[in-house]
Amino acid sequence: METIEYMGKTFSVDEDGFIDDFNNWCPEWEQWVKTVEGIEEINDEHRKLVTVLRDYYEKNGIAPMVRILSKVTGFKLKHIYELYPSGPGKGACKMAGLPKPTGCV
Amino acid sequence: MAKHETPLIDQLESGPWPSFVSDLKQEAESRAKNEKNIEYQIPQDCCDDLLGVLELSYKHGRTHWKHGGIVGVFGYGGGVIGRYCDQPEMFPGVAHFHTMRVSQPAGKYYTTKYIEDICDLWERRGSGLTNMHGATGDIIFLGTTTPQLEEVFWELGHNLNQDLGGSGSNLRTPSDCLGESRCEFACFDTQAICHDLTNEYQDELHRPAFPYKFKFKFDGCPNCCVAAIARSDLAFIGTWRDDIRIDQEAVKAYIGGEIPPNAGAHAGRDWGPFDIQKEVIDLCPTKCMRYEDGKLEINTPECTRCMHCINVMPRALRVGNDKGASLMVGAKAPILDGAQMATLLVPFIKVEPPYTEIKETVIEPIWDWWMEEGKNRERLGELIKREGMQKLLEVTGFKADPRMIQEPRSNPYVFWKADEVPGGFERDINEFRKFHQR
Ligand code: HEM
Ligand code: HEM
Ligand code: SF4
Ligand code: SF4
Repeated sequence: METIEYMGKTFSVDEDGFIDDFNNWCPEWEQWVKTVEGIEEINDEHRKLVTVLRDYYEKNGIAPMVRILSKVTGFKLKHIYELYPSGPGKGACKMAGLPKPTGCV
Repeated sequence: MAKHETPLIDQLESGPWPSFVSDLKQEAESRAKNEKNIEYQIPQDCCDDLLGVLELSYKHGRTHWKHGGIVGVFGYGGGVIGRYCDQPEMFPGVAHFHTMRVSQPAGKYYTTKYIEDICDLWERRGSGLTNMHGATGDIIFLGTTTPQLEEVFWELGHNLNQDLGGSGSNLRTPSDCLGESRCEFACFDTQAICHDLTNEYQDELHRPAFPYKFKFKFDGCPNCCVAAIARSDLAFIGTWRDDIRIDQEAVKAYIGGEIPPNAGAHAGRDWGPFDIQKEVIDLCPTKCMRYEDGKLEINTPECTRCMHCINVMPRALRVGNDKGASLMVGAKAPILDGAQMATLLVPFIKVEPPYTEIKETVIEPIWDWWMEEGKNRERLGELIKREGMQKLLEVTGFKADPRMIQEPRSNPYVFWKADEVPGGFERDINEFRKFHQR
C-alpha cells in the first residue's frame, strides 16, 4: 500500500491507484483521481456516473455491467469514454471508490 | 556475471529444444553490455530479475505475481495486462511487469523491417522479451512499467502505424489460418475477412461493452489450422457446395507410387506402398467413394467434406469451385459450466467483401441478443445452453435445419409456443369438469 497526500487528506492506494476502502471515499478523492485519469474538470455528468456506481455497489456489492451503467445513466459507452478516458473500469470505478475490477482483463 | 543464482532453471538449458532460459540469459547479457547505447526506460536488469523470480517459483512451486492489475492507455478499456511481483524488494526489476497485446497482421506475415522496428521500440521501453504470439494471435510485449504504457502506445500509433490488441469483456483480437496466401485448400480469403472485421469492429475491440469476452477465428477449410471450432465464440470454417474436382491422371500417379500420399507427411516410416482402397476409400466417413476400372468416383450428395481424401491426395483432389464457409458458435474453455466446441449455426454462406450479409445477419444479431440477455461473465456458448439453440435461431432468423444437430433430442420435454397449439394455453377448469367428474 502506498499513501497519497492530497488537499489535506491521506489515502491508501494499491499499485494501480485504487482506494483501499469504499468507505474512505470523499470529494477530495475525486479531485485526486481527476489528476491521474486525464479528466480536465469534474462536471455533473462525471458526478452522475460516480453516484450511480456508488449506489449500485452499496445495494448489490458489485459494480454494474457496462450495459446497465449505460441504461441507468443514459450515457452511451462512447460518452462514458469522453468523460473518463480510461473507461468505466479504470476511470469511473476508481473515482467512485469501488474495488479494482478483477478477472481476465 | 548473472545477478541471481538459478540452479533449477539452469537445467532447462540442456536438451535439443530451443531453451527459453538460454534466450532469457542472452537478453539479460545484451542489456548488461548495452553495445548499442540504448537509453533503457525500465530497469536494465529486468531480465535478470525475471530469471530470479522464476527460479524462486520453481523452488516454491508457486507463482510470485500479485493478483490482477488494472492499467491501460487513455481511450481504451483493454489491451494491457497489468502485473506486479509479490517480492518487489528482492526483484525490483520486475516490480512492474505489464504485458501489452499488439495487434498482429492476419496470417502473421512480417518483413524484417517491421520486426526490427518493434524490437527497437520494445528494447528501449520494455524488457526486450516477447511472446510470438499469444494463443489468441496478438504479438505480446512481455514486461514494462506503468509510465511506459502511453509512451509505447504513442510510438506504436505514430511511428509504426500499429494498434493494440484486445483484452477484457470485448471482442478479442481476431486471427486466421494463412488461407489463400499459401494453401490450395482455402475456400475463402481468411486474411481478408480477418482484417476487414478487425477494422470494422475496432470500437468493440478496444472498449469493453460485452457481458464477457468474444472471439472470431477464420479457418479456410475444415482442417482448422487456427482451431476456430475450439477457440472462438464465432468460428468461420471454409467449405464448398459442388463436386470435389478429381484429376484422374494424378490419381493414377498416386496409385503408381509416383506421388507420395499426404504430400510425404508419413515419410518418416515405412507404411508400405500406397493403397487407395485402404487409405482413402475405406476411411471415407460416409463411404461415398469408389475406385473402379482405374477411375475414382465421389457421390457428392453423401460427401460431408471432411477433407480426408483431399489431404491424402492433394495433387489429385481439389475442393469444389462453389466455395464459402460454415459459421459455428459458442466454443469456450471449461469455466464455468464445461468446455464447449462450436455448434453449427449457418451451414453455408458466401464469404465475399464487404461481408455485409455476415455482419448484418449473423454477427450483429448475435451481439444484440447476447449483449441484452447475457449475464455478467457469461460466454455466448453458455447463453445458448441457458436460453436454447431455438432462441439463437429466432434472433438470427435462420431456419432450423437437420444439419444443425448431431442427433434429435431423446427426452420428450418439448416446449410449444401458444400460437402453435390449437386453442392456445388459456383453459377453463369448469369446461373440463363438464366432461370429467372429480
Ligand atoms: C485468472 C486470470 C486470467 C484468466 C482467466 C485468463 C484467461 C485467459 C484466456 C481465456 C486466454 C485466451 C486463450 C486463448 O486464446 O485460447 C488468455 C490469454 C492470455 N493471457 Fe490470460 N488470463 C488470466 C490472467 C492473465 C494474466 C495475469 C496475464 C499476464 C499478466 C495473462 C496473459 C495472457 C496472455 C499473454 C494471453 C495471450 C493473449 C493473446 O493470445 O493475444 N493472463 N488468458
Ligand atoms: C490459474 C488459473 C488458470 C490458468 C492457468 C488458465 C490457463 C488457460 C489456458 C492455458 C487456456 C487455453 C489456452 C489455449 O487453448 O490456447 C485457457 C483458456 C481459457 N480460460 Fe483459463 N486459466 C486459468 C483460469 C481461468 C479462469 C479463472 C477463467 C474464468 C473465470 C478462465 C477462463 C478461460 C476461458 C474462458 C478459456 C477459453 C478461451 C477460449 O474460448 O478460447 N481461466 N486458460
Ligand atoms: S485451415 Fe485449411 S485452408 Fe487454412 S491453412 Fe489449414 S488446411 Fe489450409
Ligand atoms: S471429403 Fe471426406 S466425406 Fe467427402 S469424399 Fe472425401 S473422404 Fe469422403
